[in-house]
Order: sequence, then C-alpha cells, then structure tokens
Amino acid sequence: MNPSRTLATARRVLRQLSHDPRTIALMLVVPCVLLTLLKYVFDANPRTFDSAGASLLGIFPLVTMFLVTSIATLRERTSGTLERLLTMPLGKADLLVGYALAFGAVAVVQAALATGLTFLALGLDVTGSAWLLLVVALADAFLGTALGLFVSAFAASEFQAVQFLPAVLLPQLLLCGLFVPRGDMQPVLSGISDVLPMSYAVDGMSQVVHHTGVTGDFVRDLAVVAGCAVLALALGAATLRRRTT
Amino acid sequence: MMNKHPAAVEAEGLKVTRGGRTVLDGLGFTIPHGKITGLLGPSGCGKSTLMRALVGSQAHVTGTLTVLGRPAGHRDLRPRVGYVTQAPSVYTDLTARQNLDYYAAVLGIHRRDRAAQVERALHDVDLTSHADALAGAMSGGQRGRVSLAVALLGEPELLVLDEPTVGLDPVLRRDLWKLFHRLADERGATVLVSSHVMDEAERCHRLLLLRDGRLLADDTPEALRSSTGADTVEEAFLHLVDQAKADESRTEASTAAPTEATPR
Repeated sequence: MNPSRTLATARRVLRQLSHDPRTIALMLVVPCVLLTLLKYVFDANPRTFDSAGASLLGIFPLVTMFLVTSIATLRERTSGTLERLLTMPLGKADLLVGYALAFGAVAVVQAALATGLTFLALGLDVTGSAWLLLVVALADAFLGTALGLFVSAFAASEFQAVQFLPAVLLPQLLLCGLFVPRGDMQPVLSGISDVLPMSYAVDGMSQVVHHTGVTGDFVRDLAVVAGCAVLALALGAATLRRRTT
Repeated sequence: MMNKHPAAVEAEGLKVTRGGRTVLDGLGFTIPHGKITGLLGPSGCGKSTLMRALVGSQAHVTGTLTVLGRPAGHRDLRPRVGYVTQAPSVYTDLTARQNLDYYAAVLGIHRRDRAAQVERALHDVDLTSHADALAGAMSGGQRGRVSLAVALLGEPELLVLDEPTVGLDPVLRRDLWKLFHRLADERGATVLVSSHVMDEAERCHRLLLLRDGRLLADDTPEALRSSTGADTVEEAFLHLVDQAKADESRTEASTAAPTEATPR
C-alpha cells in the first residue's frame, strides 16, 4: 500500500461526488428527515424513540454507504477504469482503502449531522456520551462501505447492485433487534442474528443508550463491526483481479 | 539507444484460451523498438485479446511473451506501458484535467511534475481548450482522446492503443497519426496500434496481420504489397485471407479425421 496513491484515490472519489451535489444532499439530508419523522411517529412514547432512534443512527450510515459504494465500485468495474487502474502501479489496497477513506469522510459528516440533530433538536435521551454514538456510527459506515465493495463484485449491472440492498441488508434489519429484542426471537433466528454484523451495530448503539462510559460489551460490539468490515474488505480485494478472461 | 533486448516485444508460441475456446493460437512475432506497428485484422480476430495479454490483464496466457525485457504483466512494467482500451476508460463525472491528475498520481508522477505532465498530455491530444469540461459531457471522440492522453502520462516506453481512431473524423485521425509518429520519432516510444481500417496500415512502419487468432503476416507495408503483388495493404490482406482459406479447405479435405491442426 502506498499512502500517496491511497490519498489520491480518496480525493478522486470525493471530486467525483463533488460534481454530484444532489447525491451529497440526499446522503446528508435523508437520514435527518427520517429521524425527525421517527420522533413524531413515536410521539406518544418517547422511550421507544430513544432506543429506536439510537439504533437508526447506526443503521443509516451502514445503508447509505453500502448503496453508494456498491454502485460506485460497480461503475468502476464496468466502465473499464478498474481494468486500466490495475494495469498501472496501483495496489488493490490503495483502491479499497481510498474508497473507504472517501466515503468514511462523508460518513463523518452524515453521522455528525444526524447525531447532532437527534441530540440537540429531537431531544434523544441517552445515558452515555454522544461521542460514543458517533464512533459507532462511523464503524457502521465503514462496515457499509466494505460490504458494498464486496457485493459489487457479484453484480453485473446497476439493477442487480440495487437489489443487493434488500437481499443483504433487509434480513439483517429484521433480525438486528430493532423491531423485537434478539433474545425474544425464535431460537434459530436468534442464532442467525448472532452472526450478522448489523446486530452488533445496533447492540453497540443500545449500550450507549443504557450505560454511561465504555462497557465491555460496547468494545466487543465495536470490535465485531470493525472486524466484519476488515473481513469484507479483504474478500473485496480478492475479487479484484488484474488478469481477467 | 543501447538496449540489451533487440525487440520491445517478443512472442513465441503465444496462446490464449477463453472459456475453452482458443482465441490466439501459437503466435510468434517481434515488435521493434521506437517504431509504429499496426495490428490489423477483422473484428473478433483476437486483436484486443493480444493487447490485453501484452499489458497483463488477460488471463489464461501460455507461451512466452516478453515486453521490454520482462514477462508481460510484470509489476515493473506497469509504469512503463501505456494502454488505451477500445471504450474510453475515464471517469465521466470528472473533468479531463481531474482525470489526468488522478491517473498521474497513480502512475507515481511526482506532485511537482504532475501539472506540467497533465498539460502536455492535454496538448498532445489537442484538448487544452476542453480541459475543464466533464468527460461525461464530451463527445465520444473527445472522451476517447482524454483516454488516450492518460496513456501518454509518464512517457511510457510502449504504447498499446486499441483502435484509438475508430469513429473519428478524417482531420482528427490524421492529427492522431501525426502524434503517433511524433511519439515514435521524437520520444523513442514503441507504438502498437490496432485497427480494422486498412488505409491506416499504410502509415505504420510494420504490420501484424491477424485472422482467427493466427498470424497471417509480419512485415513492412511495402514488403507485404510486393510479396502479394497488390497495390494496397487492403488488397494484400484480402489476398492472404483467401490464400489461408484455400489452405484450410485443402487440409480439411486431406485429413479424414479432424485431429490436430497442421502448423503452417
């Protein structure tokens, strides 16, 4: 890996985004609008908003980054730019980490806006620190980027890439404990939810909601999310081949 | 230029299979340094596959293929070989200059020299006035030239250009061919250009004629014309194709069972 090539890649991805202000606006504004909506959906029971709102602060960055990254990488694969880059002295890690850095930067802004809004304007009541929510949101964004990079290898068109969102993320959303506590599910489903990374993204958030300071479970949840992201990046690197048929 | 290896590219028994089909079958040829070599043949004859093998992006290549003294696709070759694919491979949501700037960084061109290199590449393909236009908003021909400009960055010793002039107007085609000659004559670059337009063949120093994954000829345009008694390279090519077809039907008739193809 070469830092200047990695940074050049990150800057290039951000430059591409800068030519597309509508996408930036959607990435930043939609989570805020949805969280505001949720606040008034749970108008009668603010306690539910505290837990669901915190969970969603973790889920939004994951979903947005997954979607944006999978399409961006797919374009790279289908437009011939990937083939060209791989005939040049660019390491696979330079490309993957460059993407992760660029979308990570967007995720920082997105998470800061969403967290700031829910805390200051929507009155989310959380025992722990808002900074910890931000840390989890970032880890989740990193996971979304990594998963998006990985699944883009299995999509031949943008139609297929978009379908990976319901295929890969919706089951995790149903099983992550947002709707029903994971322990109350049918045992098989509960077992499945134990091996899905989004469960830990949401668990990490609820640790912050219910505890002050950094708990052991919080560290474990964060480590699982980051570990899954690194694994997905490594698998993504394996799908980038310099020689193709 | 003193060089240990007399040729820029040397191939021997080069074979490429794709999905069980043999796309290139036992090619042997050399490409001289500092000259323009044309790779000609009908669509689907294996030109792009050969070029992909040269730059190391083609899988399932067997035989020997040496590029600038190294096995094709060797990591040391990556900054020394410029490659332009048939479809322009640039970012449509970046301007021409931003595209070049990024690729220059990837090629490891020092930050100090980057801007100058980018300007020069833009000038070479006559796009200076469109440098800040989005590649996606350009015409197909302009986008193709951005893609070509990327390959000129870092002064590569070998340029592999896959149909760079297809779909361009005659003026632009003439200008690009002037550029190719300038690259070879003034900068000493070895240029390999593929085309299926035969009149472009006359502008090359040497020609490789490819048909159905086999080499029909490896010669200068003049020698090709005189050996076949043709007036143009196009006629010479058609003559060689007819001859090859006749040879094939003769071998098919003489061998009862379709065993191994007899080497020519």
